[in-house]
Formats: sequence, structure tokens, C-alpha cells
Amino acid sequence: MVAMTDYAGSKLAWCPGCGNFGILSAVNKALVELNIEPHRVLMVSGIGQAGKLPHYTRCNILNMLHGRTLPAAAGAKIANPELIVIAVGGDGDGYGEGGNHFIHAMRRNHDITYLVHNNQVYGLTKGQASPTSDLGFVTKTTLRGATMPLNPLALAIACDASFVGRGFAGDVEHLANLIKMGITHKGFAFIDVLQPCVIFNRKNTYNWYRERVYKLEEETNYDPSNKAAAFNKAQEWGEQIPIGIIYRKQRPTFEEQLPALDKGPLVKQKIEIGRIEELLDEFL
Amino acid sequence: MTTQRIGIEVSRAIAIAAKLANVDVVSAYPITPQTHIVEDIAELVADGELDAAYIPVESEHSAMSACLGASAVGARTFTATAGQGLELMHEVLYIASSMRLPVVMTVANRALSAPLSIWCDHSDVMAVRDTGWIQIFAANGQETFDNVLCAFRIAEDQRVLLPVMIHLDGFYLTHMVEPIYVPEQSKVDKFLPPYEYPLPLDPNKPITMGAFAPPNIYTETKKAQQANLTAAKEVILQCWREFGNFFGRYYSPVEGYRCEKAKVLLLVMGSLSETAMSAIDTLRDEGKEVGLIKLRLWRPFPFDEIRRAVRDAEVLIILDRALSFGGPAGPVCSEIRSALYNEDKKPKVISFVGGLGGRDISPDGFKEIINRGIEISQTGSEQEFEMFGVRE
Ligand SMILES: Cc1ncc(C[n+]2csc(CCOP(=O)(O)OP(=O)(O)O)c2C)c(N)n1
Repeated sequence: MVAMTDYAGSKLAWCPGCGNFGILSAVNKALVELNIEPHRVLMVSGIGQAGKLPHYTRCNILNMLHGRTLPAAAGAKIANPELIVIAVGGDGDGYGEGGNHFIHAMRRNHDITYLVHNNQVYGLTKGQASPTSDLGFVTKTTLRGATMPLNPLALAIACDASFVGRGFAGDVEHLANLIKMGITHKGFAFIDVLQPCVIFNRKNTYNWYRERVYKLEEETNYDPSNKAAAFNKAQEWGEQIPIGIIYRKQRPTFEEQLPALDKGPLVKQKIEIGRIEELLDEFL
Repeated sequence: MTTQRIGIEVSRAIAIAAKLANVDVVSAYPITPQTHIVEDIAELVADGELDAAYIPVESEHSAMSACLGASAVGARTFTATAGQGLELMHEVLYIASSMRLPVVMTVANRALSAPLSIWCDHSDVMAVRDTGWIQIFAANGQETFDNVLCAFRIAEDQRVLLPVMIHLDGFYLTHMVEPIYVPEQSKVDKFLPPYEYPLPLDPNKPITMGAFAPPNIYTETKKAQQANLTAAKEVILQCWREFGNFFGRYYSPVEGYRCEKAKVLLLVMGSLSETAMSAIDTLRDEGKEVGLIKLRLWRPFPFDEIRRAVRDAEVLIILDRALSFGGPAGPVCSEIRSALYNEDKKPKVISFVGGLGGRDISPDGFKEIINRGIEISQTGSEQEFEMFGVRE
């Protein structure tokens, strides 16, 4: 049996009260409850406070450049589909710098889980506006207020992402469940996590979220397979903010459709040295 | 207001220089240790002190692209970045120089990943060496401030029309508070005339920029670009002379410190040259005939000035803050060695690489480098270069 202690990582260097703590607990809890040993997991991250999460747990880690999380995660999954690949990053990393990768990873439906710690601000570089900063949000680079934010959930649904969820760092239990569903989902599981930043975002605080979030599971007639309904749900922001599975649609993953993987993971396929001569002869 | 000497962070001084230059468009993406520069500019814009458009974009690639668009319609354009941000701009940098768009950029020099480092070295600069930009290294805050003002004048000169990078060491300069002479607006206005781009994108006079070049003209466009960048040196020299006449501080491509009768010369670029000065002082006090050469103009490379500056020395020790993996010595040393190769009278050139990823080099460290350099010049070394201060 896997225990929480198996995932105990190095000393934490986030600000006290940071939403990242809740996300880290939820990730570890989900992995333990799914009885997944750390060596089977690959966490890929970019640069940012969120990007440090893998350092604070225990598994295989690939720390990429700012914004370049998803292509590396996809590459690893293609080469070894036996790995449980979890990509993590901030909203700046994923929706700004790496925004193009986000769209295409969803479109292709790689079988990975993608957690975006959405604190609506650039934490690591100390408080500039991010693509999800609320309209009018004042930061050191947007002193007259930020412009229209990106709606990542609506974008994901438009790209037909096969699993679109939203969690809240202040509700670890619920988030852990969502992550479990994301990991077990076959295909691209995208989870946007509402993450309070106690230093640089004094607007979207724990209380601000607590007063607004409600769980979709508790809404009896909500059907996450209904794309139009999901798209409408994704527009809700302000008075009421839904968390849970917003949209889910099973479709073939990129890896399932790759003929090269028919004989198993690439990393386990033998390289037949003997055939090299035969191949070279073709060109000589 | 008259010229004032005020204690400010160098990043802030850069923002003030951009304001005094009355830039029209600033587009940037935050990255340590550049953030203070662009935050300060954003603040000046928001406070109404600078009438400019500040575009917060989603990446450095977009930042440079937005600057190009703005520059092409005739706006005076400024940006700043560092390390990985400069690398992400890479392909766009060529477009700026090849289209002759005079964007000005300060680069807070930072080491490249992996492993991740936010600290200073020159690996980011060296990777963009051949992008066709004019590149100037600053050794302290005042030099940075002055050269940002000069950069606009050089870039926009009708004989030049090329983008300019001002390099300053991340943290060592960006986050340093220094007393800096800040001139009054009217004086800057006289030094830096309003920007007039000769061929802006204009619906009344349509032009095409950056179209396709088949093999029968591509080489000619590149030759023109090369000739243009080389010829820019005269304009840079002229600008520095005039800057001196206006403000009393004179700059040159290569600067010597205590080089009289020096048998041994140390050459350094960037802020470490200031530290090296104290090492030279101590060695001079000890009676050693050593001097320091600061290389300020990196592109166009000042061949004549370098040859003249080192001709009479016996040993020239060069410290690079970047590696050329698997290659010859550090990039600065390679260039200088090649510039000297065909000269009849030249010093022995000894190469060191150090100060990587924020590793500091103290005055004692420079003494060690100089002494070891002298030793190598006598005994020879099996290595192409030595890395200084590696913990074994
Ligand atoms: C190419 C490049 N540009 C800029 C940076 C600087 N940088 C590091 S993290 C970051 C954004 C941090 O915000 P986010 O991704 O939302 O993560 P958070 O720190 O808030 O968790 C930036 C701009 C970088 N490392 N690389």
C-alpha cells in the first residue's frame, strides 16, 4: 500500500498561506488513494511558483522552461505510455507563455493530466497581471487595470478537451477527487485550480472564493457530456463559480491512434541492430 | 529642472532614460532580473509622466514582435528582457535588424537554463551575438543610463537604422542603487531629436517589408546589412563624442585603465570590470606593470581599437562570462584572438571563463586570474582555456 509518507518531498518554500499547499496535498492524496507508487509517476512542470510543486513531492521530475510544460509531457507519454504523466504549471506558464501548446495538447488528446494553479497573477516574478487576471485588476504592469481575461474552461470546451474540470485549493477533499478522476480518465484531463495568492492577489482571496464556489456534483440535473450546457457553465464567473467536472467526452487518445505504439511502449521496443545493414542497403 | 545627481536603482534610471527619450511604445514580458525596468516604465506611463503605450504581452516573442510592428509604423520603441526571454526573442531579433527597425532594448544579462539560474552571466548575450544588432556593454549605472539615451540616437540615425541592445549585468547592475546624473528634459531633447523613420508603413504610401528573397538577391541583402552594421561604428563614435560635449561624459569602444607601460593586460566586459579595477590598483601598488581593458562596444566589433589597445603588451588575459561548449576559448577571447592573429606585434592571449550563473569574482579572484595568466604565458597550458573558481 502506498502511504502519504511515500510522497514526502523536500522542504517547502512557498509563502505561508499559499494556495499551492492545498494543491500539493490534493495531488499527493489522489496518488495515494489510487495506490500509485511514486516511481510510476512523471511530473512535468514549467517555471513559476506552481512549477515548483514536483520538487515538493516524490516522483520522476522533468522541470522544463517557462511555458513549455505540455510538449515535454506529451513527448514523454508518447515514448512511454506506461508512465502516469501529470503536467503542472501556473496560469502565466500555461495560458500565456505556453498558450499555443495548451490548445494543441487538448486537440490531440494526449493521455495526460494537466493541473493549472490559477492564481490569476504571476507569482514568481512578483505580481504582474496574468492572462486570467480579472478585468480591471491592478498590478505593477497594469496600473490602469488588466484587460479582458482569458476563459480557460470555455477555450478547453471549444477545443473539445476530453475532460475539463475546475477545483479549489481551499477544498482539498474535492480537489483530490477531481484529480483522481483526471488521472484515471483516458485522454487529456485538464483541471483549472482556483488558487489564492496571499501576497499578490488581494482580490481573489480564500473568502472571496468560498463565498462563490459551488459543486456541480450537487446539481442533480447537470450533464457534463452536454457541450452546449458545459459551455454555458464555463461562462459563470462572479457571483457563482462552479467547481467539479464541467465537461467530459470520451474520444480516442493520441497515443491509442499511434501505430508505432501497437507493439507496446517505444522505450521497451528492442532496437534490431541487425536490420541496420538491410536498411542502409536501401540507400546505397 | 537642471541636471541632478540622484541615488536610484539602475532599473529605475533606465525607465527614466526611456521617459527622457520620450518613447512611444513599450512592449515587454516580465522576467527576473528585468522586471523593475518595465514595472517602472509602466508606472511612469500610468502616472501620466510618459505619454506612451505600454503593451503587456504574453511572451517575449510577442514583445519583440509588437515592438517591430510599432517601429515599422514609425514609433520610437523600447523593450527589456533577460536570459531565457532573450532566447525566446531570438528569431524576431533577426527580423528587427534585417528590416532596419531601430528598436532599443536593455538586456539584464542572465545565465541560461538548465539548471535554472536567475543570476548573471553572458551566455544569453553570446547566443544572440550574430543577430545583427548593435550591442553595447555597460559597466555601471551611469554608463547604462547614458547609453540608453545614446542608443536611440544611434539606432535612429538615418545612416544606421539598426536596433540596439544595451547589456547590463543582472542584479549586479539592475538592482544596484547608484548616484546617477539625470539631465533635464530640454537638454535631452536637444541631444536626441524627434524620431523620423524614413519609410514607415503608411496607407498613403504603401510599401512591403520582409518579403521573400530568392537566391539571386538574398546574398546582396546580407552584404548590405553587414556593410551597414560595420559602418555604424563611425556614427557610434560620433554620438559618443557629442554626448560627451553635451553631458561631459565621454565613451569609447575600448577603454583602458592604468595601461601605461603595462606588460600584462586583463580584458573584461560588463560590471566585473569595475571589480577588476581594484585588483589592478593593488597590483600596481605592488609594482606590477598591469592594466585593464574594458570592452564596451561588442557589435560592431572594434577591430582597430582593440588591436591598438593591446599591441604593446606581452600578455593579454581575457575573462569571459560565457562558454562556447566544445569550442575554443570563451566567445570574447576567440574574437580578440582572431582579430590579432595576423598582426606582427601582438601579445600572447590567455583565456579564462568564470563568473557563470552569478558566481562572483572578487578583487583577490582577479589577482589570482592575472597571476595564473602570467604563469600560463610562461609555461603554456594543455587546455584551450581555464575555468576560474571551479570547486573540484
Ligand atoms: C522565457 C521566460 N520568460 C519569462 C520568465 C519569467 N517568469 C518565470 S515564472 C513567470 C510567471 C509566473 O506566473 P505563473 O506561471 O502564473 O506561475 P506562479 O508563479 O503564479 O505560480 C515568469 C514570467 C521565464 N522564466 N522565462
